[in-house]
Amino acid sequence: MIDSIGKTARLRIRRGSVGEAVHYDTFEVPYEEGMSVLDALRWIRIHLDSTLGIRYSCINANACKTCMALVNGEVEYTCIAKLTPGVITVEPLPKRPLIRDLITDVIPEDEKL
Amino acid sequence: MPQLSTDVLVVGAGGAGMYAAIAAAGDGASVLLVDKGQVGRGGATIMAQMTVAVALGAAEPDSVELHLEDTLRAGRGLCNEALARLVCSDGPKRIVEMEQWGTRWAREQGRIKQEMAPGHSVKRCCYVDFLNTGPAVAATLRRKVSESTNIRRISNLAVLEILTRDGRATGAVALSLADGEWVTIQARAVILAAGGLTKLYERNSASANMGGEAYALALSAGAELIDMEFVQFFPIGHLAPRLVGMDPILWDPFRYKLGGKLLNGQFEEFIDRYGSTDFGRYNATRDIAAYAILKEVEAGRGTPHGGAYLDFRHIPETQLRAAFGPVIDRLLANGIDLTKMAVEVGPIAHYHMGGIRVDTNLQTRIEGLYAAGEAVGGSNGANRLSGNAITEAFVFGARAGSSATEAAQRAPAAWDQTLVEKIIDRLQSVCENSPAQGAAPIALQVKLQELMWEQAGPFRTGEKLAEALARIEEMSKTDLLRLRINRERDFNLDLQDWFELRAMLTTAEAVVRSALARTESRGAHQREDFPIADARLLKNQVLELKDGNLSARWAAPVRLNRSESSHD
Repeated sequence: MIDSIGKTARLRIRRGSVGEAVHYDTFEVPYEEGMSVLDALRWIRIHLDSTLGIRYSCINANACKTCMALVNGEVEYTCIAKLTPGVITVEPLPKRPLIRDLITDVIPEDEKL
Repeated sequence: MPQLSTDVLVVGAGGAGMYAAIAAAGDGASVLLVDKGQVGRGGATIMAQMTVAVALGAAEPDSVELHLEDTLRAGRGLCNEALARLVCSDGPKRIVEMEQWGTRWAREQGRIKQEMAPGHSVKRCCYVDFLNTGPAVAATLRRKVSESTNIRRISNLAVLEILTRDGRATGAVALSLADGEWVTIQARAVILAAGGLTKLYERNSASANMGGEAYALALSAGAELIDMEFVQFFPIGHLAPRLVGMDPILWDPFRYKLGGKLLNGQFEEFIDRYGSTDFGRYNATRDIAAYAILKEVEAGRGTPHGGAYLDFRHIPETQLRAAFGPVIDRLLANGIDLTKMAVEVGPIAHYHMGGIRVDTNLQTRIEGLYAAGEAVGGSNGANRLSGNAITEAFVFGARAGSSATEAAQRAPAAWDQTLVEKIIDRLQSVCENSPAQGAAPIALQVKLQELMWEQAGPFRTGEKLAEALARIEEMSKTDLLRLRINRERDFNLDLQDWFELRAMLTTAEAVVRSALARTESRGAHQREDFPIADARLLKNQVLELKDGNLSARWAAPVRLNRSESSHD
């Protein structure tokens, strides 16, 4: 744990709603050994930008299965994807309709209004 | 503005909410099952990795009476015995029903396997697989819900107000998170199944939706709360290294099956400094363990993350694997090798005994308004027996669903459009009146969690609680109104956080006020300034809103005539 003191991770996150020009914001997050990508996304919402759109429920049990995103180009549950010091790119799921930032439409049609 | 109409509205779609929906639909009601997250994916049940306590008598002779006795003993004299009895008597039926619906309880020689757990006098606890009980039962209930043509599910719908007219529940106003629309729901009966408040605490085993909204909704609808001071803290919750994909309360079976050592930050045994001895094998009671860990931290002898070490390095790997097979691999995937390192543990908020005051039909004092699952207060008294949480989710869900259906059949249609529009205007103004500059709602949520942990956590004093109460009032009256809410329409998380925070503050105030008034230590409520139980306080505290302010009174616990109760 000692060797992680002072280290940071940089998250490059794809932002915007459907129909808007795509842009990427980069956030610097204090890194601790064992942190998940979702831990970093939640840290950003608390400390840097509360408008960052993310979807999650169970936080770290990997039970709810609602926190999926593309992490460095791979589909991952962000709650169990490990953060690493250095740059990580996080993008919304490519095959789901985009709503905003990392939130895509994953809700089945028969669970909508 | 979307307008929905149903016989029974179920708020919260975890274990209890889904069970309630299935029961109501089975009795012929049209049901609207809504969740602010995704239906069947939120709440506490899906997080539970442990066991379900029911008197099946499959492993050894057992009875409803014996289960009830153990439950009441754990509750330290404060249980609503009628509710506790309902949990114990209906539990076996629900377990069998769940198996018929597809849950594969672990079996042994043709019978459902039942294990021992702390506080039980016989082997009584069923489970599915290694640490998979919650996800498995949630999957069964999701499937059963989706098969019913009477149930309409709506995900990402946050209920913000319960509507009442002439002392009767008539529906709700909700926010559709995906597109920011206000939604009205006409209902002939409403079931609150969004219980749990452990998210009020910095250290917790909660999911994102355990902010105590059911309690705040009930209060403002005119219902009462009971036993709000009794928050269960699990003594050896996981603190570090960061562990993902697993329940933070996983260490209990490890330590009692394998005999872990509990050590302070200097790797010394310390339990004997607190009036207990364990001869190098941690077996101290939960309250002593929690107290000893926090006192060592206070004395500067904690671990880097403010807890104690739980050490299994003296146990050979073969023995670890024999006891916990696949779990050992999941730990290794997290970089945790128990043969090489100790983990850091400490008390974390785990469950809420208190909640909405109901009768044995699960009805509140408001006609047509019901509660189910962890939202219900009273059945666990001052402390919950392990394994009873999922049992009560099933039992209370089933009973509330049937009761609500009956109520819906005799309820007159009652809708007050003018009132509804007023409420929506008021909700709408929250966003419109928020300043352009200011802190984000989620940042104040974090401050509240820190405050509750420091001042109203596992060990309390009158002084700290009074400070917490003053700060919570300040947050509610001042800070809450100065928060900046971003204006985006789709998935406005600031707005969602703001309403959640409003409910968290109401619920936090209920916990702190009750804790302050209970000048004794009993079960999960431990006061350092009043360290022993006071026989004069063998009473429940009941809270209600009067002119917008919380008002408390004492009430005698509901007792059973035990000789009478043994007949059915």
